[in-house]
Order: sequence, then C-alpha cells, then structure tokens
Amino acid sequence: MASTDIDRGVRGLRDRKKHYSIFSLARQAGDYHQGWQQAWRHAEPKPEYDAVIIGGGGHGLATAYYLASVHNMTNIAVIEKGWLGGGNTGRNTTIIRSNYLWDESAAIYEHAMKLWEGLAQDLNFNIMFSQRGVLTIAHSEHELKEMSRRVHAIRLNGIDSDILSPEEIKKFVPIMNMDPAIRYPVMGGFLQKRGGTARHDAVAWGYARAADDMGVDIIQNCEVVGLRRQGRKITGIETTKGLIKTRKVGCVVAGHSSVLADMAGIRLPIASRPLQALVSEPIKPILDTVIMSNAVHMYISQSDKGEMVLGAGVDKYNSYAQRGSFPVPEHMLAAAVELFPVLSRLRMLRHWGGIVDTCPDASPILSRTDIEGLYFNCGWGTGGFKATPGSGHVFADLIANDRPNEIAAPYALNRFETGLLIDEHGAAGVAH
Amino acid sequence: MLEIKCPYCGPRDEEEFSCGGEAHIARPLSENSLSDKEFADYLFYRDNPRGVFLERWRHAAGCRRWFNVARDTLTHHILEIYPMGAKPVSKAGRAAYNANWRRDSQAEIAAQPASQKTNKTSSAKR
Repeated sequence: MASTDIDRGVRGLRDRKKHYSIFSLARQAGDYHQGWQQAWRHAEPKPEYDAVIIGGGGHGLATAYYLASVHNMTNIAVIEKGWLGGGNTGRNTTIIRSNYLWDESAAIYEHAMKLWEGLAQDLNFNIMFSQRGVLTIAHSEHELKEMSRRVHAIRLNGIDSDILSPEEIKKFVPIMNMDPAIRYPVMGGFLQKRGGTARHDAVAWGYARAADDMGVDIIQNCEVVGLRRQGRKITGIETTKGLIKTRKVGCVVAGHSSVLADMAGIRLPIASRPLQALVSEPIKPILDTVIMSNAVHMYISQSDKGEMVLGAGVDKYNSYAQRGSFPVPEHMLAAAVELFPVLSRLRMLRHWGGIVDTCPDASPILSRTDIEGLYFNCGWGTGGFKATPGSGHVFADLIANDRPNEIAAPYALNRFETGLLIDEHGAAGVAH
Repeated sequence: MLEIKCPYCGPRDEEEFSCGGEAHIARPLSENSLSDKEFADYLFYRDNPRGVFLERWRHAAGCRRWFNVARDTLTHHILEIYPMGAKPVSKAGRAAYNANWRRDSQAEIAAQPASQKTNKTSSAKR
C-alpha cells in the first residue's frame, strides 16, 4: 500500500488576486461579475521546454500540475489537439472508487482517492466531488460469493467496502426493483461509501488553472504530427504550430496512444475501442448514489442537474471514430429499465462515444520506453477518470525522476514480457 | 451499427457476429526458441491502426463460421471480406497486411514450417 503522507505540493494559487472564495464571489457580485480574470492564458509554444505533456485531458493536466507543484518543473507545456477535456475527460460517467482486487491496483486507485479528498482545496476550484457511495450489485449466488472474496481483499488493503443484503439495498436505494422474479434479480451488493462522482469538466479546468498559475503553458488546438529523436533519445516534437524542442515527452493521449507510439517507432499492447454513454432529460432527485452492475453491463447515477447518467460496456471492435453501435446502449437501457422501472418513460437527451485504450490485463501502463525521455501513461481503458489525480501524481514523479516509484513500478511495459500482469478484468472489464 | 456480409449467409446485423480481433496471427511452432519479448509479440501485442485494420469475425448467431474482414477503424467502412487462411486482395487490404510489423517479427517467422523459413525471411517486406 502507498504511504498515507502524500506530497501534495503547493496548495492553492500563487496569484492571490485570482483566488476563488465566498468573498471573491460576493465582491464580483457587487461588480456585476465584470471583474473575473481569465482562468488560464492562451499560450503560444516557446521554442524549448524542459518537458512536454501531450494530451490536455484530466490525466495530462494533472501530470503537468504535479510536475510544477511537487517537482518544481515549471518550464513545461501541455499540448492539446482540440480543447481541454474534450476527449474522454468530458465523455466519461464521472464515477470515482478505489475498490480494486489486487494490491497494485489498490495502491494506485487509493492514492488517487486520497488526492480526490482535498483536491478542491489543492486547486482552489470546486470540482463538485461528492462521496455519495458506489454500490456494485450481484445477480447470482456465485457472483455474490466472488464479491465477498473481493470485499475481504479490498478491506485488507485498508479500503472501505461493505457487503449489503437485499434488505439493506432496498433501504439504501428505494427505487431499485428487488423483485426476485426478474431476469437478473438483485441478490446483494457491495458498497464503497467513499466512492462517488466529481464534475469531470471542472477537474480539467481546475488542473489547467492551477498549472497555468505556476507558469505551465497550456497550448490548445495544436496537434502533434511527429516526434523528433536523435538515436534513442527524444529531442523534440513536431506540431501544427511548429517544432518544440524538449528532452522529456509524456504521452497521455488515451485512445490515440498507439498513433503516438507509431510516430516514435515503438509498440504498445493496446486496443482502441468505443465506449458509449448517455444522459436523460433532467428530473427531480431520485438517486443519491452510484449503482453499477457488471453482470448486466450497466452503471447509473444522477447528476446535480438532475440528468440520469448511464454508461455501458465497450463495443466489440476497434475504432477511432468516437461512436459505437446501437445494440450496446440498447442492452444497457433494457437492464436499467428492469432494475429501475421508474425510468421506463424517461427520454434520453444526449448519447456519445469516446475511444478508450484497453490493455490485455485491464490495467494501465505507466512506463518509460526504449527511447530515452519518452514516457507513456495509457491503457486506462474504460475507467481512467477515477484515477486522474493519482495517475498524474505518479506519472509526474516518473517523468521528473526518470524512475518509477513503488506505485508506478508494477505498471511498466515489461510486465507483458515477464507475465507479471495485474488482471483486473473482474473489477474493470465492463463497468470500470 | 455495422452491416456485415457473411460470406456464407449474406448481409446481417452486427449483433449476430462476434469480433475476434487482429487477423493473421500465427502461433509460433517452436516457442522455446523465442525470447519472452518475442513471445509477447504473439501473445499480447496487437496491431491497433487508425485506418485499415485486418480482423477476424465470426457469425456467432448464424453459421458460426469465421472469416476475415478489412475495415477502416476511422470510418467503420468495410473494404473487403475474405476467407480464413487467405490474404486480402484489395489494394488497401494488401498494403495493411504488408505494413504490419508482425510480418517481420520473430514470432511469425517461428510460426512457419522449417521448409518455408528461408523463403519467409527473404520475402519479409516493408
């Protein structure tokens, strides 16, 4: 397990004029909100940086933030092809939990959970982190037994986890259909009370604003088209805004990791697949927790706006198209309506897909590569959002020190050669 | 949603099919001659192109037969469907087959019967 005293770096903003608080809100209200400052600069690339992070999603921005705040590397840039958080950061279903089976997973996801708890203060940004609990339900005797084994393993790692009986579930989630005669009856479940949700856009914005405050250049609408290297050393990146020299490049581009690896002439054991989600019209509060079911491939929560947020499993084929096939959400909605008959006449407002980077063992890759100065943070597959702060924190450490710390070490690329896989298909295969 | 033309049953909805991932991965015959790194190429490393991808599909809820598909992962357009054991014939399909790093991998060379091995290494192309 990771030590509990995490180096969170500098807390809050250096520029006190930009500090958000109840007083700044009152002051701005008196001024008709005319005086708010830009959250981050529109930076143009400098000719050279100490390190460049490719990918302006949550993980990339978190990496940049911790490089600056913990490792004092402020002459760095984040390069983003589109807009901040416009990829999987803005497409996930915002679920946060750390109840994974294996020690290696517990270490990194719990590391993230501890950073989530207090992240709003670190960043001086309301990320709407809500520890409303995540309840995973079981639909068969066998699944229930497997679940209790999992719960014991999770508790041994010091992570909160409780088995709930059908009676307790009925009390906890009154709208759930507990009829034992349905196709997949609810036989029990396990709850992580510290789990919950956060506003995904705010996570990207909060990290961007805090990183920018420390001098990190955030460069949007700038696509990487090539990697420059001299022998086995990285010397720079070629972008649509010109050449940027640097000796350290961190790639945090999720579904497009293989494309960047190809530019570098290396390979990753990653398959890019579509993952779909959808939200309903907003309704009054009916669900104050997160429900997941691995057996029927469904997870659901209600956003602060009142929309029901639903997610499904990955599509069965590789794709870079940011859309999937209709049967996937159709099956998921059928399961949702059986479990929550109250949803049957709810209309769905938006439906989208993101391209996720799935790994053979459903665990991420945080690794150096054969090329000096080139680092990859990828393979989070269907469940990267929950790990955002932990991923960034550990990856920043890897880039700054050029060696993996004890949390990152098991996630090196060579595990696919040694066979020391971290098989989390049970915790992550579907509803990650 | 994809409409896939099963070579044996005709066009059907994607839901009737299962996808078997990258096509043309031969199991090394002499795996003991390979290093762990080379064997990982066979076991875990898969082609993941943004563009034409050669993959296997099975008509799981129909004739249950396997076949190969050349499909663009960016547009989902199916370029070609061809039988197991065959190689793609379309220009884009052939290009994707030849450009795959696996053609030059030790694992694939070790998958060839001994008589063909010299032939294979000399024809390894890029």
